[in-house]
Amino acid sequence: MRYEEYLAEEFRDPGLPSASAATGDPAATEPGGPAPAGVTRRDFLAALGAGIFVLFHWDDLAAAPGRGRGNEEAIDWNAFLRIAPDGRVTVFSGKVELGQGIHTSLAQTVAEELDLPLDAIEMVMGDTDLCPWDAGTFGSLTTRFHAPLLRTASAEARGILVQLAAEQWNLPPASLRVKEGRVFVAANPSRSLTYGRLARGRRIVRRLEPKPQPEDPGRYTLVGTSPVRRDAVAKVTGAAKYTGDIRLPGMLYARILRPPAHGARLVRADLSAVRGLPGIHVVEEDGLVAVLAEQPDRAGAALAQVKAEFTPGATEPGEQEIYDHLVRTAGEGRVAAEGGDLAAGTRASVEVFEQSYYNAYVAHAAMEPHTALVRIDGRRVTVWASTQRPFGCKEEVAQALGLPAENVRVLTPFVGGGFGGKSYNLQAVQAARLAKATGRPVQVAWTREDEFFYDTFRPAAVVQIRSGLDSDGRIVLWDYTVYNAGERGAPHFYTIPHHRTRGTSGRSPLPTGAWRAPGNNTNTFAREQQIDLMAARAGVDPVEFRLRHLAADAPVRRCLEVAARLFGYQPAKPPSRRGYGVALGTDAGTWVAHLAEVAVDRQTGKVQVKRVVCAQDMGRAINPEGARMQMEGCITMGLGYALGEEVRFQGGEVRTRSFAEYPLPRFSDLPRIETLLVNPTEGAPQGGGEPAIICMGAVIANAIFDATGARLYHLPMTPERVLEALSKTEA
Amino acid sequence: MAQTTRFILNGKPVAVETEGARPLLWVLRGDLEHTGTKYGCGEGICGTCTVLIEGEAQRACVVPVADVAGKRVTTIEGLSQGGTLHPVQQAFVEHGAIQCGYCTPGMVLTAVALLERNPNPSEAQIRSALEANLCRCGTHQRVVAAVRAAARKLRAAS
Repeated sequence: MRYEEYLAEEFRDPGLPSASAATGDPAATEPGGPAPAGVTRRDFLAALGAGIFVLFHWDDLAAAPGRGRGNEEAIDWNAFLRIAPDGRVTVFSGKVELGQGIHTSLAQTVAEELDLPLDAIEMVMGDTDLCPWDAGTFGSLTTRFHAPLLRTASAEARGILVQLAAEQWNLPPASLRVKEGRVFVAANPSRSLTYGRLARGRRIVRRLEPKPQPEDPGRYTLVGTSPVRRDAVAKVTGAAKYTGDIRLPGMLYARILRPPAHGARLVRADLSAVRGLPGIHVVEEDGLVAVLAEQPDRAGAALAQVKAEFTPGATEPGEQEIYDHLVRTAGEGRVAAEGGDLAAGTRASVEVFEQSYYNAYVAHAAMEPHTALVRIDGRRVTVWASTQRPFGCKEEVAQALGLPAENVRVLTPFVGGGFGGKSYNLQAVQAARLAKATGRPVQVAWTREDEFFYDTFRPAAVVQIRSGLDSDGRIVLWDYTVYNAGERGAPHFYTIPHHRTRGTSGRSPLPTGAWRAPGNNTNTFAREQQIDLMAARAGVDPVEFRLRHLAADAPVRRCLEVAARLFGYQPAKPPSRRGYGVALGTDAGTWVAHLAEVAVDRQTGKVQVKRVVCAQDMGRAINPEGARMQMEGCITMGLGYALGEEVRFQGGEVRTRSFAEYPLPRFSDLPRIETLLVNPTEGAPQGGGEPAIICMGAVIANAIFDATGARLYHLPMTPERVLEALSKTEA
Repeated sequence: MAQTTRFILNGKPVAVETEGARPLLWVLRGDLEHTGTKYGCGEGICGTCTVLIEGEAQRACVVPVADVAGKRVTTIEGLSQGGTLHPVQQAFVEHGAIQCGYCTPGMVLTAVALLERNPNPSEAQIRSALEANLCRCGTHQRVVAAVRAAARKLRAAS
């Protein structure tokens, strides 16, 4: 049975009221009620019957970040992969496809080890009943930590297949080889057995042990190539299902009453205008007010008639005072990196540079809003969710319903973008509470306004740097403090004898969370401008200045050299008036070097980025074209926070409510983007979803300086801020 | 008040019993179970809900269903013919002009409408036609390349 067929079978439930019949007050399905007959949720694996399974064990996660969050009962029986008697391979992965392409690259990893064509691999992703526990799809962890597990599991399966054939033929395993789904005798390739034939009539279950040697990367034929994305056809035809596209008999669509501000509490909701309307259901329960209907627009229209009174939320600080507020409310924090002696560095400096850098709150603004659909059958709960953390969602929903986590199953259809914003699952909790209250399956899909309100923004942040140059123009002092962004990407990688990097946080009036390369966008913006302004003061070309301060064997040196060559960069004393900028960074084990060219309109303050070149060293690239898509995506998305995106707010009130007030990058903003992978067949694979975004603030700021002599210390670099900086420079 | 609205959806006549003021988007996704058309903003800004009405790219979230009475509506589900992808779809696949895929139906249909009225667009014209379609993943460069390639293919075929 294919996974999709199985899902269709399992969730076709005639026991539920049909959409047309259920209009009155439906009988609530209380947890504790009888479970409906039909397919049970573990029937899929039971139905799988024969085959070869390679299991997961908690210990295998020892190296994976995120262990210890969430479900402590993660020693489970779930398999990484199964080889069926028809020869098909099913991979079970707790990771989810957000657009980053792992539906393809993980399948490539498995197909490579088993020497199978890519289309022999079926991916089952983000199903918490069938897939081994996983912390979540974030932090560019998939390729670094998850793919190696699948690779080892695949090598284990290959070892089992060879062993089975060896027993059948009574030959030593070393005399056998695998190719294209068959085990054969090396000395007599016509003597062979298909994987399916070997798996037939057996049920072999092995716990993953890293014994069998994975294939030598030098012999890879599929890893390192760029087959067409496996989700591409489904996505261009409308066949790809997202959470909002799932339909269940009897389901209701909810619209949630949103408070006017964070910190505001509901005093009274006047629901009289909507109670009793045909087809409209109203839920008011512990501060959650929702209107539900059989079509989402009907629910939305009804919600507009609800009047409600809230306590005022906090009114301070606003977007002007936020930076002082963050610094004022911050504690000592902690030292993330240090070396030498700051006092000695100060004494060695002939000039000290003190500068603060700022960035505004930024929204995730994925095109697909947070969506969840919850169905409760007795004590069993099924959740479809647009989430980056299916297993976290499972825990959150279980807690909200007061059920053991094992009663909750989360399924993850395609997710329409995440960028860190779908790490929390409030929408699933809302849907679960409403499903319980109404006794019907309930979909919660946030509106765009909801999305801007409930988002966990990239934090507004401040970086303060005190750095110094000695009489030879070398950096001898680096005293760095980051407020609220986090320490990722904060420690510098230059040769500086006396340095310290500190991270601390003040109180944020708005909820914040991980946003593509969390912390690193802020930290790289600050560090790479501070380096640049010292280069300018020293009168040294900024590429040359960086090379002077990088160790001879620093991996980023090669990235910078490659990027400069691709760009056609010629050194010049800054500002050269050419509008060229450079920035370097590291994230998720990957190194990046960016060069950019900008044009600045001195009348309007508008910055047009004309060209971005990025060289990236990410170790072995599993799917080089997929990696380059991520780099292009990072660069394009990064234009937004660099030049325009800023969440407006006053206290807990989010004033940005629409795309009309929040300028995502558009086609007219698009520069010519050139990407290059440095040494893409060498070294362990590193992260690819985030690194190329981190330099976008700094490379544009440095290019603006090169064009105009004006420095921009505040993200986003809006036309107003550019004009202000220009006026200061000219004054 | 509920009324009957008849129109041609992907080449087939349909009739829906519903209030004429309801947005076409929700009638497509709900009443007609065509979920390929996506919600993105509900105010005609982002372009994810783009459909073709009489061949013109329109925002289904702000078009009352009564407005399409008697008209031809094409959604992403209706673009491929007998299992063969439209050249624009094929070009999106080949150029990797897709990431999360949520904006893709709107992008593809906007490009199809562009090539219908201008078979040989310049890069500036492609960008301008797609300017009001938002994509958060940043597929823009590949989308432009895909539309150029599709235009070449369509011209060669005609």
